[in-house]
Amino acid sequence: MIIAENLRKEFKAKKGEIIQAVKGVSFHVRRGEIFGFLGPNGAGKTTTINMLCTLLRPTSGRALLNGYDVTEQPHSVRRSIGLVFQDPSLDERLTAWENLEFHGMIYGMTRLHRRREIDKILSMVELDKRKDDLVKTFSGGMRRRLEIARGLLHNPEILFLDEPTLGLDPQTRSHIWGYLHQLRKENHITIFLTTHYMDEAENSDSIAIIDHGEIVALGTPEGLKEKVGGDIIYLKAADNKKAAEFVKRTYGYDVKNGGDGISFEVEHGEEFLPSFIKNTDFEIHSVGVRRPTLEDVFLKLTGHAIREESVDFMESIRAHVRVKRRG
Amino acid sequence: MSNNLMGIYTIWLRDLRRFLRDKSRIVGATVQPVLFLLFLGTGLSKGLTISFPGDDQAGYLTFIYPGIIGMSILFTSVFSAISIVWDREVGFLKEVMVAPIARWAVAIGKALGGSTVAMFQGAVMLIFAPLVGVKIGLGTILILIPLMLFVGLSLTSMGIVAAAYMNSMQGFTVIMNFIMLPMFFLSGAMFPISKLPLWLGVLVRINPLTYGVDLLRSATITMNHFSVAVDIGVVGTFGLIMTALAVIMFSRQEG
Repeated sequence: MIIAENLRKEFKAKKGEIIQAVKGVSFHVRRGEIFGFLGPNGAGKTTTINMLCTLLRPTSGRALLNGYDVTEQPHSVRRSIGLVFQDPSLDERLTAWENLEFHGMIYGMTRLHRRREIDKILSMVELDKRKDDLVKTFSGGMRRRLEIARGLLHNPEILFLDEPTLGLDPQTRSHIWGYLHQLRKENHITIFLTTHYMDEAENSDSIAIIDHGEIVALGTPEGLKEKVGGDIIYLKAADNKKAAEFVKRTYGYDVKNGGDGISFEVEHGEEFLPSFIKNTDFEIHSVGVRRPTLEDVFLKLTGHAIREESVDFMESIRAHVRVKRRG
Repeated sequence: MSNNLMGIYTIWLRDLRRFLRDKSRIVGATVQPVLFLLFLGTGLSKGLTISFPGDDQAGYLTFIYPGIIGMSILFTSVFSAISIVWDREVGFLKEVMVAPIARWAVAIGKALGGSTVAMFQGAVMLIFAPLVGVKIGLGTILILIPLMLFVGLSLTSMGIVAAAYMNSMQGFTVIMNFIMLPMFFLSGAMFPISKLPLWLGVLVRINPLTYGVDLLRSATITMNHFSVAVDIGVVGTFGLIMTALAVIMFSRQEG
């Protein structure tokens, strides 16, 4: 459904220096699949989406969506896809219904077809009672639901979701995921998702982990977690430094600092823990075992946590996009 | 092609809907020209001794009336076009840019939307005709409507070109001070252009709005400096160049 081959995008910065936002990514997405693009802010997720949906021209490489080339057949690509952007993109001064009508018209849907689909989709996202209210009066969650409804209105083959639940409360997030799973079951739609929320990425059938413009790992959530190997032991000690040195010295494990404690991988966590505690010569505040998460996968592959990324890089990319747009 | 026509219509309809809904904007856009017309116009006609056809207060007010309609069209056109920058800031422009219609259709739809809104705003000014002693019949209105659209179209296209160079709405002050106000002051809207010093006369003659105002003046009070053919020729050529530039800029835009 989506084929990307060595897709690259460079932006020119002020002093002739070139920023490589995406450094040649390749991946395949099958029909009906939920494909997650996981990475920190500024990793190149949005730039990749913008290339796939014809908003940005790739510097090099090729992408096919629904069999159409993004640079050669942009109109066919656009007709095949629905988009929910990272930043809000509704007209606040129009009503929910008018926003959808605008969309239906500009996608060339006939009046009758348009009206039927708008009613249907509005009740799906439970906004039918608010359809004649100005979007200005909507909450963040309602706006997001309306944007998802709009992205689906013209019945696309592929739905792009760029950080679909960014800044939403957990309840709204699970609500939105409810629709998406329902959609996928009923319409066999292909979903391409970017996120930096680990739990959100868990919804995907396949995940590509992207960091600094490169895909560092590709696979199913389970497959990726197997890369970590065993279990994760996490502990908080009175002196974390001392604890880390002890683990390195005694067991030779690679210790990672995270938050206010340390963590390391072992083969069989439950069996390891009792003997470990007996051996320690320092004060432990808390200790536990858990299965690896995508967070651990990310940490292992890139050497840094997904959230600690500074926003500077993202900001600089955005600034460049803005400059580009002026031309 | 039918897709693009539908796209043009959709973008036009949105501009119109937003305009008709925003009552405060209509009032705001009406007050400014009315202030110029009634306060500045009356003050100038009383305070200065200049001779105008009719030689009374109504003479000067009548003279500037079409110019004030031109001002209203200029400001509304450019402001409508600049709303593209606002659309870009709030993200709505992306929705339009990924739609399966050609970029030229987006530019044309925007240009038509802005000029229609400007025409309406100009038409609101016609209400004040009796106040300045101008008689406007149905025939005049029927001529004015297409003329206002025509002038509005070239000015909206100019605004779209300006919007392409704007990063944020903050740039609007620059557009106001370096494009809109000079264009208005140099258009002969407030003074006759026959007895100007050379430098000012030259500036007035290279300003396309001068010909637009002249066109409106000949339609409302049958008074003109240039011939109607010259007026239409200049405004039309300027409009074509600006529309072409607007289309090119939209087609090149990424994001």
